[in-house]
Amino acid sequence: MGRGGKRMKEMTYAEAIREAMSEEMRRDEDVIFIGQDIGLYGGAFGVSVGMFEEFGEERVRDTPISEAVIAGAATGAAVTGLRPIAEIMFMDFTTIAMDAIVNQAAKIRYMFGGKARVPMVLRCPAGSGTGAAAQHSQSLEAWFCHVPGLKVVAPSTPADAKGLLKAAIRDDNPVIFVEQKLLYKKKCRIPDDEDLIIPLGKADIKREGGDVTIVTYGRMVEKVLNVAQEVAKEGINVEVVDPRTLVPLDKETIINSVIKTGRVIVINEAVKTGGYAGEIAAIITESEAFDYLDAPVLRLAGKDVPIPYNPELEKAVIPSEGDIKEAIYRVMNR
Amino acid sequence: MKIEKGTLLEMYKRMNEARVFEEKVSYFFARGMVHGTTHLSIGEEASGVAASMALNEEDLIAATHRGHSQVIGKGIDLNRMMAELLGKVTGYCKGKGGSMHIADVDAGNLGANGVVGGGHGIAVGAALTQQIKKSGRVVLCFFGDGAANEGSFHEALNLASVWKLPVIFYCENNLYGMSTPISKHMNIEDIAKRSSSYGIPGYIVDGNDAIAVYQRVKEGAEYVRKGKGPILIESKTYRWVGHSKSDANVYRTKEEIEEWKKKCPIKRLKKYLLEKKVLREDEIEAIEKKVIYDIEASVEFANNSENPPIESLLEDVYG
Ligand SMILES: Cc1ncc(C[n+]2csc(CCOP(=O)(O)OP(=O)(O)O)c2C)c(N)n1
Ligand SMILES: [Mg+2]
Repeated sequence: MGRGGKRMKEMTYAEAIREAMSEEMRRDEDVIFIGQDIGLYGGAFGVSVGMFEEFGEERVRDTPISEAVIAGAATGAAVTGLRPIAEIMFMDFTTIAMDAIVNQAAKIRYMFGGKARVPMVLRCPAGSGTGAAAQHSQSLEAWFCHVPGLKVVAPSTPADAKGLLKAAIRDDNPVIFVEQKLLYKKKCRIPDDEDLIIPLGKADIKREGGDVTIVTYGRMVEKVLNVAQEVAKEGINVEVVDPRTLVPLDKETIINSVIKTGRVIVINEAVKTGGYAGEIAAIITESEAFDYLDAPVLRLAGKDVPIPYNPELEKAVIPSEGDIKEAIYRVMNR
Repeated sequence: MKIEKGTLLEMYKRMNEARVFEEKVSYFFARGMVHGTTHLSIGEEASGVAASMALNEEDLIAATHRGHSQVIGKGIDLNRMMAELLGKVTGYCKGKGGSMHIADVDAGNLGANGVVGGGHGIAVGAALTQQIKKSGRVVLCFFGDGAANEGSFHEALNLASVWKLPVIFYCENNLYGMSTPISKHMNIEDIAKRSSSYGIPGYIVDGNDAIAVYQRVKEGAEYVRKGKGPILIESKTYRWVGHSKSDANVYRTKEEIEEWKKKCPIKRLKKYLLEKKVLREDEIEAIEKKVIYDIEASVEFANNSENPPIESLLEDVYG
């Protein structure tokens, strides 16, 4: 039993995503799932193992290697009454599907005067750390945040992945669901609950603390929590705010946390220039939290380079626990 | 078309290099000695090596993620290739590319590509350069059956045909795109048929027959070199091993794999060379020994090479 007497069970991030899709497909026959090698093969990362067997090839459909039509067909199906989930094998390949996502799916509702809806989810495994080099490792979420009409979700835990994906599938807008390849095998205990729905646009305070706020999402959350635990021994109490949804963004929770702590670091794995951390930092400085700041807002992000192959270089691209600790000392003036 | 003895000898050697190189790489991956992933062309050596060898030295290739045979066919320094796989600074891409991105632009290898269909446009552009500069060079664009379903394939063939560009589109049809059999990803069996949509010649070749591949590509290169526009060649072949480093082969039968192993392109070429008395048994053996030695030497070279310095992380983003 977990908090509130709820039954808990242990599952991985990948299993949580599978369970969210499967539950929604059982609940609503309009939900279908398309993508490359998602059927019998179970997906490039094994996320959909068993779904083909349960739902059959009518609703779990392998596609050719044709990202443009995967996203295009998802859009067309969504407009006409289905609720497609489409997997783009690596987030890097959304590049090939950009017209459908950016000019079509994102625009249709508004451009048609609100007279159409596009309930679709594009699942995109993202991030570096797998040794797959420059074309298979990117974190491109900021691009999609820049397009009104798209929602962007980036879960950091199995429980969030499940609850947010269920909400995304039920949402009537196109949702870019950013999954972390390196988290797929990560296990945690999650509520055993078919109605585990986490509304889009609600941040989660992953750790409470009064000295410094760190706003971060995706794979960086775990690193930040590790560092928070370490610096707690030195008397620095970090509050970790995970927005979970980048668009819509729970500005209120972020701003309130900064008002409480007076210090903030925003961290993302993606490259720094044009990254979403910059957007969050700007929102904070424009808000009433500005008057409470005891130190400049700090950003920590990936270096402005493509992801290199060599493992040592690859590691050096994204913020390390050491970098995070240093940033904390910096805003704490230590 | 008669193929010279020296060429045949080199072909046999390079196909063996590809096989032994990949067996080594596979061994490294299985033991976690290299990170990332790799796509092996074991079983497809004739298709890759003989096609690249049919070009003139100054011609160009655009390779794929399954590109080891393709680039070895073009002629490559095995040491630098192995070093790249091990992420070393002496590698072709200074350790920044890895298996999926072996490139040597100066030598006409425009790079293996991590993006399926990513080479189509690049090949068209490279062919445009040759046309405008009247270089007399041609471009060989490798891609898989799965890649023939990307929009880039259709856009590239169309543009190249309208502009009559000197490019050979060379499809290595190994019957699967990852786990998806061709019957589930296109409504035709022969990709060569797609040439008719673009009004260009299309050919099918037995991709496990090195001699046939060599002749077909050589003739094709002569045709496109004359400015007659692009052609499409479909090479029918088969990969023996999983799609990438890990693959349980759930999408095909053991029997099917065993059937294709009987059609080993290397054994087939060896048999041909012996039967036609091009090479003697002892000459063949000497080549095979040399290859094993050279691959071991490449491993040693790679192991003795340095990792790229950490400062190099920020280098080469811009020029
Ligand atoms: C644009 C794009 N989509 C998906 C992938 C993932 N992927 C890598 S190889 C591959 C299969 C390619 O099939 P094919 O073109 O037949 O080449 P083969 O692997 O059989 O040599 C897939 C789906 C990718 N690298 N790029
Ligand atoms: Mg194939």
